[in-house]
Amino acid sequence: MDKLNSKVVKYFYTTMIRIRKFEETINEYFLKGEIPGFVHLYIGEEAIGTGVCANLRDTDFITSTHRGHGHTIAKGAKVKYMMAEIFGKRTGYCKGKGGSMHIADFSVGMLGANGVVGGGYTLATGAALASKLQNKDNVSVCFFSDGASNRGTFHEAINMAAAWKLPAIFVCENNQWASTTPYRTTTAIENIADRAIGYGIPGVIVDGNDVFEVYKEAEKAVDRARSGGGPTLIEAKTYRIKGHFVGDPEMYRTKEEVKKVMEENDPIARFKEKATEKGLMTEKEMQEIDKKIEKEINEALKFASESPSPEPEELYQDLYV
Amino acid sequence: MREISFSEATLEAMKEEMERDEKVFIMGEDIARQGGIFGQFRGLPQLFGTERVRDTPITETAIVGAGVGAAMAGMRPVVDMHFADFLGVAMDEVFNQMAKIRYMFGGQTTMPLVLRAPDGIARSAAAQHSQSIEAWFLHVPGLKVVIPSNPADAKGLLKSAIRDDNPVIYFEHKGLFPMKGKVPDGEHFVPIGKADVAKEGTDLTIVSYSLMMNRVKEAGKILEDKGIKAELIDLRTISPIDKETIFESLAKTKKLMVVHEAVKIGGVGAEIAAMAAEEMLDYLDAPIKRLGAPFVPVPFSPALEKLVKIQTDDIVQAAEELCR
Ligand SMILES: Cc1ncc(C[n+]2csc(CCOP(=O)(O)OP(=O)(O)O)c2C)c(N)n1
Repeated sequence: MDKLNSKVVKYFYTTMIRIRKFEETINEYFLKGEIPGFVHLYIGEEAIGTGVCANLRDTDFITSTHRGHGHTIAKGAKVKYMMAEIFGKRTGYCKGKGGSMHIADFSVGMLGANGVVGGGYTLATGAALASKLQNKDNVSVCFFSDGASNRGTFHEAINMAAAWKLPAIFVCENNQWASTTPYRTTTAIENIADRAIGYGIPGVIVDGNDVFEVYKEAEKAVDRARSGGGPTLIEAKTYRIKGHFVGDPEMYRTKEEVKKVMEENDPIARFKEKATEKGLMTEKEMQEIDKKIEKEINEALKFASESPSPEPEELYQDLYV
Repeated sequence: MREISFSEATLEAMKEEMERDEKVFIMGEDIARQGGIFGQFRGLPQLFGTERVRDTPITETAIVGAGVGAAMAGMRPVVDMHFADFLGVAMDEVFNQMAKIRYMFGGQTTMPLVLRAPDGIARSAAAQHSQSIEAWFLHVPGLKVVIPSNPADAKGLLKSAIRDDNPVIYFEHKGLFPMKGKVPDGEHFVPIGKADVAKEGTDLTIVSYSLMMNRVKEAGKILEDKGIKAELIDLRTISPIDKETIFESLAKTKKLMVVHEAVKIGGVGAEIAAMAAEEMLDYLDAPIKRLGAPFVPVPFSPALEKLVKIQTDDIVQAAEELCR
């Protein structure tokens, strides 16, 4: 941690707060009925996307999931275009064709959220293959969660990436829940990282609510991938604080269970504690960032609500080149 | 007759068939703990236990494949696909295994397996959660495909599907689950392969199914007021297609229109139009009309999504043009 420069520490805080505030706003406006479709929130898992993406360049790639806002923000996408997309406006990243479950920003290497659970592994592997074939040193990160780890694509993609020593990193955000199903009722092993042995690649477990830890382990994996060492499987242990989707009645767990995690293991609170304790950031610096983000989110909201909906002729655009 | 919802009707079918036959069991994602996204499995685990009502990992390939395996080994599985869109994940198991095993192996086994697949546009769920993909399966010999439009048929077709010794894909439109309708008490079957003449008429034949059938019925009423008597056919089964019922109607009306939510190109309407052109051309006195979605994935934004949905007015207008 001593090596951490202040820029990275600031990125941690700014990004986690940006994700949190963005998501809280989305939550509010979804409940007000202003957002169409389905929305899955990343609140409580911010440290993972943030800690991993802090090691990435714009030229690196990520693939994301249905719970993709956090990854998208961490990879450097602009919240105003994300917000517009989620509101179904033509000014959004995907011109209103995608929505929350299908946001992408190719300009920063964000290759898309995915409505199909487990859809990202093979795509990230292919992007890593492209890097290798072009002798580029960029890496690909595939984010996925515990439920998705049971898809066959997990095996097929990781095996291929390992056999070909591709610059891919597979990041499991084990948030204990797949919709209404607890992780351990669908998997006979405790740690998804243990599966790495079957592919001959490193498998590491990190505390997914500690951004410093995530950053450190991701750094090793990224260095390894960039230098031709092949893939790593990282399992970040976390917890899904919010319902599966906004509006989920959450009949399958107790409020206490959720409250306890938020009180004891909120990644942002833990960052604040550690950062102040080690003198990495001051309270005042954080407040300034809070203010900046609040303004940014309000502007994004304004941009999204004032933006026009797509025009009828746009229906046929972008199907083919 | 009592009124229950489409979702309750399917639940009744499941209950009755699981009570009757211990070999019937169901598996899928979030069906036991949650009761299904549309409440269509609510209460089943309490009645039959979680051995027979199984929450599965997110692993469509394995649940369809395991359904095939269990069917070969003497069970009568029902597999829930969560969303029809995820049939794609298990496509090999569907079209290379489930559909072909009996034929390839010279009839040595039956394949009493039902795949339940909630499909269609609902609540701006976007391109990967809104599709109507029923036509893909018409092209696969060995499969049966049913697609009810109302609660009574939902129950009757599901019971028939479970009792059928062939593999059946059961499409249930997401928008239909809350729909209420009259359902006969007790045992109620709708035969697979038999269409229903929902309304008799003499001026044109409109063939449809699933949610769209309800739009067609609304259109039928409006047309009636305008002096056009449309004969409305609810296909109920799209593989095999009930040619006789359609042809009988055409012999009378001489005009054919097919309506579905799925993309028009390569859709069920294309097959029906081809059948009519091949065998009924002498009877037809107007070009065949097909209404279906434009050739694009379902877009997210409500402003665009509404453009891919067939509305009652579209049906009325097309029928009027046909009868002009
Ligand atoms: C192939 C596929 N199967 C099922 C679904 C429905 N579904 C959406 S999210 C989800 C749970 C995903 O759990 P997990 O991978 O643990 O991600 P989390 O929601 O916890 O972030 C399910 C079953 C889907 N979108 N795609």
